Amino acid sequence: MAFGPHLLLATLEGLVTAAVLALTALGLSLVFGVMRIVNVAHGEFFMLGAVVAWFVANAIGAHPALGFVAALIVSPVVVGIVALVAERLVLRRLNYDPEATIVATIGLLYVLQQLALTFYGPDARPVAAPFSVRISLPWFGYSGYKLAVIAASLAVLAATWFLLARTRIGLVMRATQYDRETAQAFAIPVDRVYAGVFAMGAMLAGLAAVLIVPISQAHYLMGLDPLLLSFIVVIIGGLGSLTGTVIAALVIGLGDGIISAFFQPTLAKMIATLLVALVLVFRPQGLFGTTAR
Amino acid sequence: MSAAAAPKVWLLHLAVIGLLAALQFLLPDYHHGVVAKVMVLAVFAIGYNLLFGYTGLLSLGHAMFFAAGLYGTGLAIQHLGWSAPLALLAGVVVGALLALVIGLLALRTTGVAFMIVTMMFAQVLYLTILYFSRWTMGDQGFVLPQGVRAVDLAGLRLDLTDPATRYWCALSLFAVALFASLAVVRSRYGRVLIAIRENEERTRMLGYDTFSSKLLAVVASGTISAAAGASYALLFGYVGASFASIQYSILPLLWVLLGGAATTLGPLAGTLFMQYAVDIASGFTSAWLLLVGLALILLVLFFPRGMLGTLRERWLGWLP
Repeated sequence: MAFGPHLLLATLEGLVTAAVLALTALGLSLVFGVMRIVNVAHGEFFMLGAVVAWFVANAIGAHPALGFVAALIVSPVVVGIVALVAERLVLRRLNYDPEATIVATIGLLYVLQQLALTFYGPDARPVAAPFSVRISLPWFGYSGYKLAVIAASLAVLAATWFLLARTRIGLVMRATQYDRETAQAFAIPVDRVYAGVFAMGAMLAGLAAVLIVPISQAHYLMGLDPLLLSFIVVIIGGLGSLTGTVIAALVIGLGDGIISAFFQPTLAKMIATLLVALVLVFRPQGLFGTTAR
Repeated sequence: MSAAAAPKVWLLHLAVIGLLAALQFLLPDYHHGVVAKVMVLAVFAIGYNLLFGYTGLLSLGHAMFFAAGLYGTGLAIQHLGWSAPLALLAGVVVGALLALVIGLLALRTTGVAFMIVTMMFAQVLYLTILYFSRWTMGDQGFVLPQGVRAVDLAGLRLDLTDPATRYWCALSLFAVALFASLAVVRSRYGRVLIAIRENEERTRMLGYDTFSSKLLAVVASGTISAAAGASYALLFGYVGASFASIQYSILPLLWVLLGGAATTLGPLAGTLFMQYAVDIASGFTSAWLLLVGLALILLVLFFPRGMLGTLRERWLGWLP
C-alpha cells in the first residue's frame, strides 16, 4: 500500500479509537469533575461492559444484530447498577475522601478483575458485529461497522452535551460541580447527584466497551489500557471539561492510530505516557483547561 | 513519642529483630524461605511508609524504585559481569538517582495529580523494560546463575543461595532499614515530615523548606525501596518485569495500610500478614486477587489505621 492510503487507513483506525476513548474518558471526567474523586476502577467498568455484552449476546444467540442490540441496552444498565452499589456501599461511607477513594477503587479494580476471571475465564472472546457491510474505497475495503461506531459515539456525545447544557439534570450537576455546599443549601440533593453521576460515568464506559467489543474481543484484563488512556485524555483535555475531553480524545486516538501504524506499539505507548506525565507536571491544568478550582 | 518512652521503643525493636533471628532456627524449611522473602519485601514497605505514612504523599508508582534496584543489580551482573556487592551498590545508586529525578518532577504536583504522575512514570519504566527485551528478557525475566550470587569477604565466601545465609542477609537488611526508619522518624527531620503531612502550608509558614524536605523523603524512600529490589535480585535470583507492574506499586500501599501507616513496625506486620493470607488463600482458590481487593476496600472502610495504628490508638500510645 502506498503512503497516502496507509495514512488514511491509520487515520480511520485512529478515529475509531478516538470515538471509543472519548466516551470512556468522558465518564471518568464527569466523575472527577462533579465528585472530585479519581475512579481507578473505571477501566474495570469498561471491561465489565464488554464481558456482560458477551454473556448477553451469547444468551440470545439469534441473529447477531438482535444479540448486539440487547447487549447495547443490558450491558450499560448492569454496569450502572454495579457502580451504584459500589458508590452506596463504599464511596459514600468514605465521604468521598480523595485518597481513601483511590485506595477503595483500586480494591474494586481487583475485585472486578478477579470476578471476571473466575466467571468469564482467561480467554478473549468476540461478540459478532450486528452487520457486516464492507465499504469499498479505491485502495482498500473498510468495515462499515467501524464507521457506525464513530457515528454512534458522536450521537452519544451530542446527547451528553445536551443533557449537561440544556436540561435541568445537567444544571443540577453543574451546580454541584461548581460548589457542593451552596448547591446543598439550594436544596439540591447532592448525595443523589453523586450516586447518579458515578453510575452515569460507569455506564458511559460500559457503552463504549459494547461498541468496541465486536472489533476487539472481551478479555478480563482489557480494562487497564482504557484506564490509562482515559487518564491521559482527561488530563490533557482539562479536568471536567467536555469539549477538552473530546478534543484530547481525538488527538490521542489519532496519534495512537497513526503512531502505532508506523512505529512499534510499545515504543509509541512509552513515549506517549512520558509526554503526558510531563504535561501534567508542567501544565497541571491541562492543555485546554482553565485553572483548576 | 516522649523521651521517657525511648528505652522501651529501642527494646521493642531489638526484641523484634531478636525474635526474627530466633525464628531462623525454629522455622521449617518452607516458612524459613517465606519469612526471608517477607523481610525483603517489608524493607520495600518501610521505604513506602516513609513517604506515604509519615510525609503523607501517596505514590502509585513505587514499583519503579523497586524495579530500578532489581534491574540495576540484575543487569549489572548479567551483562556487565560485576561482582555481587558492586552490583548491589549499582542497584541502590540507580534507584536513588531515579528517585531524585522523579522527585524533582513529580513534586511539582500535589494530591491526585501526584498519584497519577507517579503511576505514569512507573508505567513508562515498565514499558521501557518490555521494549528493551533484548537485554531484560521482557515479561519472562531472567534468572541469575547460582555462581555469581555470592560475596567474597576477605577469604570468607558467603553463598547467597544457601537458605541460612540468605535469611541472615535478609534479616540484616531489614534490621538496618528498620532502625534507620526509626531514627529518621524520631529525629527533628522526621517531625518536619509529619508536620508537612498534617499541614504543609503552616509548616512552610513556620519557615521550613517543605520542598527540600519532601524531595529528601522521596529520595530516601526510593533508595530504601531500591535496596529491597537490589537485595531481592541477589537473594532470590529472579529479575522480571512483573515487579515493575502497577500491581507492585499497589502491594506496598496495601501492606502499609494493613500494618498501620506511620508506624515503624507496621510494614513488617502488614507484609507478613498479607503474604500468609495470600499463601493460605491460594491453597484452596486461585482467586487471591479478590482477597487483595477486598482487603483494600475493607481496610479503608473499617480499619483505616491498620493493625499497629489501632494498637497505638487504643492501648500503646508510645509506639513509634
